[in-house]
Amino acid sequence: MTGIAALRTAPLSARIGLAVVALYLFCLLFAPLVAPYGETEIVGGPWAGGFWDPAAEGPATLLGTDHLGRDVLSRLIYGARNSITLALLTTALSFVTGTTLGLVAAVRGGVVDQVLGRLVDLVMAFPTLIFALLVLAVAGSTLPVLIGVIALLDATRVFRIARAAAMDVAAQDFVEVARLRGEGTGWIMRREILPNIVVPLAAEFGLRFCFVFLFIATLSFIGLGIQPPTADWGSMVRENAAAISFGILMPLFPAGAIALLTIGINLVIDWAAAGNHGVSDER
Amino acid sequence: MHGVLAMITQRIALGIATLFVISLLVFLAVDMLPGDPAEAILGQSATPASVAALRQELGLNKPLVVRYADWTAGLLRGDFGRSLANDRPIAELIAPRLGATLSLAALAATIALPLGVLLGILSSVHRDRALDRVASTASLLAISFPEFFTAYMLVACFSVGLGWLPAISLSSQGGIVETLTMLALPALTLSLAVIGYVLRMTRAAIMGVMASPYVEMARLKGVGPWGVVVRHALPNALSPIINVVIINLAYLVVGVVVIEVVFVYPGLGQLLVDSVAKRDIPVVQACCMLFAGTYIGLNLLADILALLANPRLRRPRQREARA
Repeated sequence: MTGIAALRTAPLSARIGLAVVALYLFCLLFAPLVAPYGETEIVGGPWAGGFWDPAAEGPATLLGTDHLGRDVLSRLIYGARNSITLALLTTALSFVTGTTLGLVAAVRGGVVDQVLGRLVDLVMAFPTLIFALLVLAVAGSTLPVLIGVIALLDATRVFRIARAAAMDVAAQDFVEVARLRGEGTGWIMRREILPNIVVPLAAEFGLRFCFVFLFIATLSFIGLGIQPPTADWGSMVRENAAAISFGILMPLFPAGAIALLTIGINLVIDWAAAGNHGVSDER
Repeated sequence: MHGVLAMITQRIALGIATLFVISLLVFLAVDMLPGDPAEAILGQSATPASVAALRQELGLNKPLVVRYADWTAGLLRGDFGRSLANDRPIAELIAPRLGATLSLAALAATIALPLGVLLGILSSVHRDRALDRVASTASLLAISFPEFFTAYMLVACFSVGLGWLPAISLSSQGGIVETLTMLALPALTLSLAVIGYVLRMTRAAIMGVMASPYVEMARLKGVGPWGVVVRHALPNALSPIINVVIINLAYLVVGVVVIEVVFVYPGLGQLLVDSVAKRDIPVVQACCMLFAGTYIGLNLLADILALLANPRLRRPRQREARA
């Protein structure tokens, strides 16, 4: 079924999900063109009202201004670029690591498989957030450390799925033939097994992306993720959290942006998973 | 019965071994930094004198094995060392906050776990009817929202809109009513996610059993929908339900970290986050051990209870398949 034909038969929930994802991707790609103001440009007083407040001073802002008087809408749009790109990069890194190790474990078996499996068990026995906080405390919260630690934690989940999928394939005759033919581990991994586990892995990618994206948002929210003045949704919630006590609902915009994207992706995954069983129900 | 005891002992031994390796990991985290840990913690502007002082403070001058032995011996006695930031004994810092965190988690668990299981059973009885549909959608929303979004939505509703509950749970003194009002919003936020999970997993567990022939048989002999679910399906679904309940308890212990930051609640999670920001490593290590210990302990409990609730898991063949 081609992409367009699949779209035509998609249920309403999947269409909503796709629309949401498309909107975010559009913001990500064209942030400077769409945003009315600059990422760190100060356009008015702190926490000025938006469209709902006709008495708002200063230039017109659709969603008001933040604690430093920057335009919330512009920062939300630039935030799409920073938050999503970072999460995509991290997920990609975790998939490369997790899949490679999973394939090695499945193809080599024996001691290699045992050692990798126990290591992964160990990391998974540790609550993810606590592990990340420990590493950030020791190594400091810089962007490479952040990407590295989240990719490592997420790679353990990818490892399990890749290993399980690769095990099934590795038991089949054509892999045995390749082995007898004298092909090396690298060839068997890349040419024999990988093409056969791409589909389940791709289905998993959306789920893992959601996890990584929420994880980064959470770390930014508690002040240990992306650092100011970079526009990022998690940090935006944090910086403006105090406003809510005064009845200013501004923190709900970036928090809602995060929530909307995860729901959009979940709707798309549900639809994709309906024709492709075996997507894990893990948190 | 002998076999069960052996299996439980084995699980406990595995749990202790995991805890031991985790403690090594937490302890060695400091030494995994490239270069001198004291210099790395203090940063570029450190004077040689302050680096030497910190080395002394962290005990870096002693051999690694001695330091680890000292540290674990201290942990077992409840002596966590001293904080780098304010030089107070860490046990003194942790004790009141541990109590605060546990009471929050306990309140959330008392609300969420029974309600989640009950709603899950109700959903299975009313399968594919309006109640089930609503519960399914609402629980999906509850578990896909980040915790802080749910938290601020509740704040916007109950504090800003209605003015019933405080948006911040700062001080923990006062009578029972004050304490409960203080805990209400954080506990509610935690509960929503847990109810969502427990509901979905309970329903899924019961649905899994509902497909079996003996349930069909019960239905054919005229047992009503409640009887089928409660008398026939539930006992066999109990093992996964117990499992998910305890896994969610473990989630509560970790989930409090974010919620405590949202509500400025003086618990262990807030202490951990503050200490990470200040890079107060000994406090971070102590908090990590407490969180990891609770988490591993609860997961172990889930394993053991599942073993006891489901005789099939005790058969070695089944165990192999599970591993």
